[in-house]
Amino acid sequence: MSNSQKIHKFRLNNKYIVLDINSGAVHLVDEVAYDVLDYYGDKDLKEIISELSKKYSKNEIMEAYSEITDIKEDGLLFSENINMNSFSYNSENIVKALCLHVAHDCNLRCKYCFASQGDFKGERLLMPLEVGKKALEFIVNSSGNRKNLEVDFFGGEPLMNFEVVKELVAYGRELEKSHNKRFRFTITTNGVLLDEDKMAFINENMDNVVLSLDGRKKVNDNMRTTVDGKGSYDIIVPKFIEMADKRGDKDYFVRGTFTSNNLDFTRDALEFYNLGFKKISIEPVVTDPKEEYAIKEEHLDIILNEYEEFSKKYIKIKKMDKGFTFFHFMIDLDQGPCLIKRATGCGAGSEYMAVTPEGDLYPCHQFVGNDDFKLGDVFNGVINSNIIKKFKQSNVFSKEECKTCWARFYCSGGCHANAYNTNKDITKPYKIGCEMEKKRIECAISILANLEK
Amino acid sequence: MKHIKTLGKRNLKNTLAKGGCGECQTSCQSACKTSCTVGNQKCENK
Ligand code: SF4
Ligand code: SF4
Repeated sequence: MSNSQKIHKFRLNNKYIVLDINSGAVHLVDEVAYDVLDYYGDKDLKEIISELSKKYSKNEIMEAYSEITDIKEDGLLFSENINMNSFSYNSENIVKALCLHVAHDCNLRCKYCFASQGDFKGERLLMPLEVGKKALEFIVNSSGNRKNLEVDFFGGEPLMNFEVVKELVAYGRELEKSHNKRFRFTITTNGVLLDEDKMAFINENMDNVVLSLDGRKKVNDNMRTTVDGKGSYDIIVPKFIEMADKRGDKDYFVRGTFTSNNLDFTRDALEFYNLGFKKISIEPVVTDPKEEYAIKEEHLDIILNEYEEFSKKYIKIKKMDKGFTFFHFMIDLDQGPCLIKRATGCGAGSEYMAVTPEGDLYPCHQFVGNDDFKLGDVFNGVINSNIIKKFKQSNVFSKEECKTCWARFYCSGGCHANAYNTNKDITKPYKIGCEMEKKRIECAISILANLEK
Repeated sequence: MKHIKTLGKRNLKNTLAKGGCGECQTSCQSACKTSCTVGNQKCENK
């Protein structure tokens, strides 16, 4: 592997930044060091001096060169590829996170809904309590010695089956005691049915709540419509404001989707902020490329530029308001996850599974309803272990594109569902997604560099 | 150092020894439900 494949350098938001791909170290450099790095290792010092002598003094070049050498010797620059022959991931087949589809029904008709407006291409159905209980037993029994378990109440719209949600939380608390586990419950809702009681229950019992909204009224109301075709913004926003307010220190995210109809999604992000929401996320739509609102290759330049523009605004806001958080700009260079986690990513089809109202198991919420990916059910456990094997083997050391990608230990191989939707193969990453992810990582690091004291 | 300031000093290779405990949060559960970013997750094994 040549030196240039071991680092990634970029300039953004007035900072020169160098990532050491394999160690995960991140360096802020000046222009001299940035330029010297272009030649370091391929040319000797003398040649580099003559190469750059028009721009910098000999002394500066020598200084930068020697600093680079020091850091390299510390193992934080040009570090070698990690040998992962001995790599084994989740050999015990532990399942520790479930997405419970408590309602395959919805009270909105969002046009881009991957759940086909809530019914997941099947019947409209609510999960019976017994199925939910079986699911919780399944995860408790499949989680080996893992203590922290995660259950997300998802849909369709989970508030349409809220009595079951409540009973399942209570049952989970019982199982925690008898099995020495800790459940981390979360819920994703469109907010239509939020009322005071539900908010109180969510605040007491859910570690995180994801509130779905698309930003500006006109953007939201174009995609997120009620059953009779009207916009949902006015119904939902006041409830979300109240909910976010009541969360206190507990987590919440207001989560929007952007499509080719609102490539200027920074405005939607700022709209969230102006409404008073501090923790926000806006995600590119995942859909069939044939849809008119799909994101296509030709939109990519606009989107990448939009992320950069947003990062500039973000830095400004962050300097005044530390609490503002955009999900994809969060990055932790010191406390981040271990290499195994970075190599394997989301854990879909292995540690993480989705459960339908009938109790069927799928690799994740995005695969629900696709018979080719049915893993088994909560009554009999996993039957189709071949699929699990495939998901487990799909990591950044095995996927061709990821092996040489600088972003591999941040992105972790991307979304299997995205890969499958575009390439009919979970091992072939979704290229447009890769470009967006790489830009988000660059933005996130440049933001950090700008906020550094 | 005059030309270089290191922001993140963590060496991923060192996490191999103790890593992989599996206690950390599953990425897609946090906020996105479509495109995961693992780099922003927290390690629970400190
Ligand atoms: S950006 Fe794409 S190629 Fe790079 S690690 Fe992620 S999925 Fe793999
Ligand atoms: S495959 Fe995609 S949608 Fe499914 S859990 Fe992984 S990142 Fe999330």
